[in-house]
Amino acid sequence: MFGFLTETSWSPYLAGAGIGVLSCLALVLADRPLGCSTAFVKARGLIGIMVNRKKTEKMEYYQDIVPQVDWAFMIIPGIIIGAFLSSFLSGTFHIVWVPSLWGSVFGGSAVLRIVVALAGGILLGFGARWAGGCTSGHGISGSIQLSLASMITAACFFAGGIAVAMLLYRVIGVL
Amino acid sequence: MTTLTAVRESKSAQIVLGLFTGIFFGFLLQKGGATDYGVIEGQLLLTNFTVLKLMLSAVIVGMVLFQILKYYGFANSHAAPGTLGSNVIGGLIFGAGFALLGYCPGTVAGAVGNGALDALIGGMLGMLIGAGLFADSYPVLKTRILARGQFPAVTVPEFVRMNTWVVILVLEAGMIGFLLLLEYAGL
Repeated sequence: MFGFLTETSWSPYLAGAGIGVLSCLALVLADRPLGCSTAFVKARGLIGIMVNRKKTEKMEYYQDIVPQVDWAFMIIPGIIIGAFLSSFLSGTFHIVWVPSLWGSVFGGSAVLRIVVALAGGILLGFGARWAGGCTSGHGISGSIQLSLASMITAACFFAGGIAVAMLLYRVIGVL
Repeated sequence: MTTLTAVRESKSAQIVLGLFTGIFFGFLLQKGGATDYGVIEGQLLLTNFTVLKLMLSAVIVGMVLFQILKYYGFANSHAAPGTLGSNVIGGLIFGAGFALLGYCPGTVAGAVGNGALDALIGGMLGMLIGAGLFADSYPVLKTRILARGQFPAVTVPEFVRMNTWVVILVLEAGMIGFLLLLEYAGL
């Protein structure tokens, strides 16, 4: 009866429809769009409070996005647990340093992969806060609410992403 | 409706709800294939359309459901005004990071859940640093760049000056048509 939980993957249409319902549930129960980048600001602010409380509490950005453990913060530990459960149940959980597509073009060096991933992560965190949301917050929840800014932002995520991915794999990768 | 207000205002209920929302979200992202580097990078290289199929399906279902929930008073619109300086520039910076990392802020956590260490040590650590850098630069960016070039409308129906349900009908038809085209093209 619960065999579907151990399947390796579901149709993206089905999983996507589920995410659409979940995004609406978030708007009902939390009165918030289902976004992921706010949690990183809160976590970073909490680290800042541990290191230098006075300086962090005075920072303007943390007046708007208060560093605390709340609904938006808990999304990230939740996602880690949910994805772990899904991959564990289907037997696809694997510890990996270098994704196979990356390895096939740029080699198996974990150091190179981590350095580029770190640079990507910094740009991603910086850009997400600059744009005021991420692929789910703008791309899904914002679009659901017919937000013009969210749809434009999502288009820019993909425009920038496609340009840099092509540069990485179609230009640098074939040198 | 008072129960709903009580749930929204209870700090402990919100922490538990946030955790469970995240668990369901992570489960669906992983089952949908979106926590895999190859799937996401493949979308940006236009060789694998799983991510778009997942996102558009979510929007197709959510757009109608949200309007119904809003009509009956169960949900509020959070659509906010945007600007060229914030949404377009920020979106392009995000895109560059998206391609280099191969995950977005939600799927990076999902990838950690299925064992990707580049997502943990590179991605999540990088995001913490990037979010911190933005918090540091915010007072300077706020007026100089983020507020520049305000968009003429908050929502799409306001922008095109048409009835909300007509706009939804057109957008739904466009998204469903696009997905059918992808299947027809064998992508």
